[in-house]
Amino acid sequence: MKLSNLETFCLILADSNLILGHRLSEWCGHGPELEQDIALINVSLDLIGQSRSLYQHIAKNGETEDDIAYLRDAKDFKNHLLCEIPNGHFGDTIIRQFLYDSFHYFLLEGLTKCKNNFLRGYALKSIKEVQYHLKHSGNWSIRLGDGTNESHNKLQESLNNIWAYTPEMFELNTPEIQFYEKLGLNKDKIKNNWINHTNNVLREATLKIPESNWGQSGGKTGQHTEHLGFILAEMQHVRRSYPDAKNW
Amino acid sequence: MGEISLEEKFQNTIDKESKIEPKDWMPDGYRKNLIRQISQHAHSEIIGMLPEGNWITRAPSLMRKVSLLAKVQDEAGHGLYLYSAMETLGLSRDESLEQLITGKAKYSSIFNYPTISWADIGAIGWLVDGAAIVNQVALQRTSYGPYARAMVKICKEESFHQRQGFEIMTNLAKGTKEQKEMAQNALNRFWWPSLMMFGPSDKDSTHSDQSLKWKIKRMTNDELRQEFVNKTIPQVEFLGLTVPDPDLKLNKKTGQYEFGAINWEEFYNVIKGRGPCNKERIAARTKAQKEGEWVKAAAKAYSAKKINRRNTKAA
Repeated sequence: MKLSNLETFCLILADSNLILGHRLSEWCGHGPELEQDIALINVSLDLIGQSRSLYQHIAKNGETEDDIAYLRDAKDFKNHLLCEIPNGHFGDTIIRQFLYDSFHYFLLEGLTKCKNNFLRGYALKSIKEVQYHLKHSGNWSIRLGDGTNESHNKLQESLNNIWAYTPEMFELNTPEIQFYEKLGLNKDKIKNNWINHTNNVLREATLKIPESNWGQSGGKTGQHTEHLGFILAEMQHVRRSYPDAKNW
Repeated sequence: MGEISLEEKFQNTIDKESKIEPKDWMPDGYRKNLIRQISQHAHSEIIGMLPEGNWITRAPSLMRKVSLLAKVQDEAGHGLYLYSAMETLGLSRDESLEQLITGKAKYSSIFNYPTISWADIGAIGWLVDGAAIVNQVALQRTSYGPYARAMVKICKEESFHQRQGFEIMTNLAKGTKEQKEMAQNALNRFWWPSLMMFGPSDKDSTHSDQSLKWKIKRMTNDELRQEFVNKTIPQVEFLGLTVPDPDLKLNKKTGQYEFGAINWEEFYNVIKGRGPCNKERIAARTKAQKEGEWVKAAAKAYSAKKINRRNTKAA
């Protein structure tokens, strides 16, 4: 499938939201407190909802959002690797979420002023949700980082473990660079905002930012971790087992 | 004034259909009975998240996935209102959750049955939420104010869930042969446990008489069960499915559906912990609570530090 730059851009965002939403939905009923069950489900709902708008926008030739979500294999998924990393404990989930939410927020902020009508409208709507995600994951990062010794150590380890998946967010491939330019999106501004915000919050959380900037990447070109195959096997199983079924 | 007149006053309030509020005097038995019933109800909401949550990651369309997520989120919200109503009677949420994992407190035994196909999500929405609504509509008139008010809000959401469940069943029943089989199979497995949700038959129910006098319950178990059957059978017929009960028939004189004998031996065994998923459900709750402890401790420690810092600054 040959994709336009717009389609590639939308897929990276839609797949990231869907896969991270999937991960969060795994918490359902297992959260540390009822309030956190509700909050994580809420973020999951928002992210999956946003992925639907993007899939619907790029669907063509009678294709549906579900065809895009359920009938592609791992090599065609373009989500950031960060989004497919397993939940781990609550702190692992919170740090993963915070790093993504910060990126997501500043990307959307850029998109609210971009030159594409659809993406501008999409961003104006989504950023209202994502600002709450960012607040939630940021506050919990601070609470856990600056809580007890145990929570601090746990969270520092969560941050150390996931850090290598952050550079991918700003590592743009050629079609993305061209598309950013065409949209009038300033990559450096998004990155600087991300660095400033994450630094501020992580400092308040008394956490130390890992020194290495060496990163894992490949998600956006379809080279994933070992985890994505299992996510898709689970997510797509019913749909693919009954190919003749039209309505669910 | 002796306790007898307080009790008379209390009963008069109930007889006049006025609500009992948290600060009103109430007999110990009333308080205990309510704590038992409300906590059981709250626990059912959060244990119920598990069998349904089991299918979120596999929901066959994105639309179904978000509806199911939203539904399970509603259940968590119902749990919250109900625990809050319960706390007005003097039992904390933490204590109550502890009673859940030690087995002292019960929850609806329907959630000890497994969800083994996507159709089970339809069947639960349609039948289990359907049965819950019959029960809860009656409870909107329960005598304890906070419980009655929680029910009003919960009922609205439950009817929405029930419609969603019925819609899933309709799509399956009108779908391919395999989808229809899936729907029939789910109905076969969930029918009897749904009828058991109303509790033991009136003649065997230990809490019923007093609960009716105090208007904690407004209708008997058997009355509610009959109402559910009457309401549901026409829906089964609409779907072109059948209930696994050869004795079911419409009594034309009374207009009521008569149904076969319920297997109470199964009911009591499941309640006592011998159902197909009792152990898994309690294990999942225990794990969530144990693994949540460090998170709660951290939040508490952080908020204490914050207050401390504020005070130091102010001083």
